[in-house]
Amino acid sequence: MNAEAGRVRSLLDYYVTRGRTQIQAQFQYRAATYFWLIGMLAEPIVYLVVWTTIAEQQGGSVQGITTGEFAAYYIVWTLVRNMNIVFTPYGWEWRIREGQLSAALLRPLHPLHDDLAGFAGWKVVTILLWLPIAAVLWVAFDPVLDPTLLEVAVFSLAICGAYLIRTMFLSSLGMITFWTTRVGAIFELAIALELLLSGRLVPLPLMPDWAQEVANFLPFKWSFYFPIDALVGDLSRGELLGGLAMQLLWIVVLTGLTMVVWRFAVRRYSAVGN
Amino acid sequence: MRRTALLGWLFFRIGSMNELQYRANFLLQLLQSAVAVGTALVVLALVYSHTEELNGWSESELLVVMGIQILLGGVIRMTIQPNMQRLMEEVRDGKLDFALTKPEDSQVLVSIRDVRIWQAVDIFSGAAVLAYGVSGLERGVTVSDVLLFFALLGVGAVLIYCFWLIVATLSFWVVDTWSILELLDGVYQTGRWPVSIYPLWLRLGVTFIVPIAFAITVPAEALTSRLEWSTVALAVGFSAALFVATRYWWRFGLRRYSGASA
Repeated sequence: MNAEAGRVRSLLDYYVTRGRTQIQAQFQYRAATYFWLIGMLAEPIVYLVVWTTIAEQQGGSVQGITTGEFAAYYIVWTLVRNMNIVFTPYGWEWRIREGQLSAALLRPLHPLHDDLAGFAGWKVVTILLWLPIAAVLWVAFDPVLDPTLLEVAVFSLAICGAYLIRTMFLSSLGMITFWTTRVGAIFELAIALELLLSGRLVPLPLMPDWAQEVANFLPFKWSFYFPIDALVGDLSRGELLGGLAMQLLWIVVLTGLTMVVWRFAVRRYSAVGN
Repeated sequence: MRRTALLGWLFFRIGSMNELQYRANFLLQLLQSAVAVGTALVVLALVYSHTEELNGWSESELLVVMGIQILLGGVIRMTIQPNMQRLMEEVRDGKLDFALTKPEDSQVLVSIRDVRIWQAVDIFSGAAVLAYGVSGLERGVTVSDVLLFFALLGVGAVLIYCFWLIVATLSFWVVDTWSILELLDGVYQTGRWPVSIYPLWLRLGVTFIVPIAFAITVPAEALTSRLEWSTVALAVGFSAALFVATRYWWRFGLRRYSGASA
């Protein structure tokens, strides 16, 4: 029992240290991070402008979503998108193809811990730098956002859940590289599917009914649309907690999948390189 | 001029032969292009399932805009971007020496050395979307519309080239230019919609700071009969001025180059 507690403690220690060094490292690249954050803004601003234009043409709303709500949706979108940035499957491809995984395998720690802790540390930096951008967007687009305390709490949890769901999804996707080194095509398809069914493109209620039906059975909605809706929308207490439960379910399923794939995959790994 | 064209053709042949070795990339590019076009069409279908027209633009007219954006994106990634990226890398590594010591104008040389022929897939898929859009236009297009369109597309390509070179020249002062590229990639997405839908500050930004409006919306206006001659004059004047300015800017930046090799 004591040994178990010690293991948990050292793992926790690792997360804290890795996260902290990453914060310090990334703070050095403030300008680069800003360019990157601003480049990422084009996507939501374009969608926001398009839907605002349509809403205005139709007397203020589309499918019951008002211009102010669109603004709120796409501003919160920027934060949720930020939380959705995790180690990419292309990173896994590079890691496996170039033999970079060898060093990670020698450590007495699953490489996923390293990704999770590192990106979590980076998030602290990007969110801090994001705050002024959000303020500018707020002034420019005049959103309607009036969340309850419970909604804020659920949102805070849900963006962490989103981070875990997406890490596990993209990691298991990336591990396909263990079997074949030409994976770009599979990634592109998966990411396009995610784009359409996660709420990143448009708020899901604007999609046709059948697409919303399909989205209910996939993890994408829970890592993107749900957190935004929790804060911006008007969900009941049951829906909020139910959403968190769905997130938990997907975290368990996808982590399980990642673990299983990893067990089989790592046996196939043969280091390349010098 | 003849010499430049000959040199360009030579680099194109070498680049093509190099790329032809990697034929699987063609299939990958085909798939990527299909996914990108498919997603764009889905967005358009969604938008027009909720409205008849977007700020006065019908669905076919927006297909024209989208087609031009995809087509021009292909041109950029096939010719402009690889050259500019290589320029930035070579400035950092000091390898630009090899280009500068050649008996040819340095700006010409750094602009034509690389070509990624598989990116031409996007040119064709963009052209297909464009043709489909044009076929759905109610007012039809005349021969002079088409000629004007091609001329303005050329002007747009020149503008985008100048803009890229201006940014790439920054690498003589700034080391980290990767993040600037990320920024440009994001901003280019705004060209998928007619710039008239954007709020004023953004419209000015994508017209004069990043010349997307001139490169994409203006040629689209030629095909959708909403072009005014003052716009044509402005586009041509602006691109000529920018072209000259770019040349001076390049020479100015080049003086900063000190070579970092060995």
